[in-house]
Amino acid sequence: MESMTTVQIAIAGTQPEFCFPPYVSSLARSPRLPLIVLPETLTERSGPVFGHGLIGKTDHDLTLQHDGEPLGERIFVHGRVLDEDGRPVRGALIEVWQANAAGRYRHKVDGHDAPLDPNFSGAGRMITDAEGRYFFKTIKPGAYPWANHHNAWRPAHIHFSLFGAGILSRLVTQMYFPGDPLQALDPIFNSISDESARLRLVSRLDMETSRPNYALAYAFDIVLRGHGDTPFEEAW
Amino acid sequence: MTTKFVPSGSQTVGPFFSIGLQHMIDAQAERHTASGMIELRGKVIDRDDAPVVDALLEFWCADRIESFATLEPRGDGLPSGFYRAATNAEGNYRIKATRPGPAPFGDGTYQAPHFLVLFFARGLLRHLITRVYFPMAQENDTDHVLLQVPVARRHTLIAHADSQENHVFHWDIVLQGADETAFFAW
Repeated sequence: MESMTTVQIAIAGTQPEFCFPPYVSSLARSPRLPLIVLPETLTERSGPVFGHGLIGKTDHDLTLQHDGEPLGERIFVHGRVLDEDGRPVRGALIEVWQANAAGRYRHKVDGHDAPLDPNFSGAGRMITDAEGRYFFKTIKPGAYPWANHHNAWRPAHIHFSLFGAGILSRLVTQMYFPGDPLQALDPIFNSISDESARLRLVSRLDMETSRPNYALAYAFDIVLRGHGDTPFEEAW
Repeated sequence: MTTKFVPSGSQTVGPFFSIGLQHMIDAQAERHTASGMIELRGKVIDRDDAPVVDALLEFWCADRIESFATLEPRGDGLPSGFYRAATNAEGNYRIKATRPGPAPFGDGTYQAPHFLVLFFARGLLRHLITRVYFPMAQENDTDHVLLQVPVARRHTLIAHADSQENHVFHWDIVLQGADETAFFAW
């Protein structure tokens, strides 16, 4: 097995460390023993493909999932999913979730004293098109407090979960908004030590895609691991 | 080979992921009624032996794939060979799955039956990758991946049989400590 290919290791600083003491809950939950080199077998080179059967008709519009419109600033979010060669990843499943405009999640363990919005669930999903594009409409999430340290507040963000070509392309991340001063204070955001990698998690105000008198737009491109040499079959 | 595009940084799944990710667990539960399934279940604990009550686990099995390919989804959009679970208030997870078979290694030999496991939780800024194998599989002794794991830690990747019929298996995950589960680098 001398010639065994092994799983690629991320460039230093472009991914967070497993243990990052400023993020207090990483201390008891991150491994301490050496991570093991993983041979890249068919298991690692293949992956699940998700079909449009998983996507409901309002899953790309988080403002249409209830009888009324949610409160808050209506926005469009869109972008492209690319591989490491810059090629579009088509058929990628994207799942998003977020707090409402008041900074409250519709979740039983969210104890923040801010109102729930009966017209907002905060969940969406979509599948990228042939150019790797995705698009959804939502409301801008609010900042909210958390227990990491004294007076800790998360900058506004939308959670993203992605499946590209091959299970190793799997990514869970967060999209931030430009010009948010809370980013500089946030240990989760700052866990990515490489500045350029960190700033790529901040979306860009996109006036071209904005619709006058209706909604601003934010552009957010995502690069997934992999070089596109995994054939990606039509899933539908 | 020049890498032009650096993969986007990972961020924690956080404590509220069920809002966006639970739908798939529910959809799987509806479809898994076939006989001949196995059940894999276990508990996740942290450094302090405290149950990890907000973890997301994903299992991938490629045993039906013979080349660089993917398993296509069914009408409900869900692919074969992929299972998602979340831990409950006691830190326990459970999946019902098609029993993994020997997966091609790529050189004409076969790997021992296994799932690749992705593990996400609040407190993890990037996910963990591991594998789970099954007891009494002869291929475990020659599995190229298992052989990379130090002998003293190999047992952390092998489930226990929980039933006489050999269709219920138990596999715990220890995130940190003396009996820490073996995780792979990425």
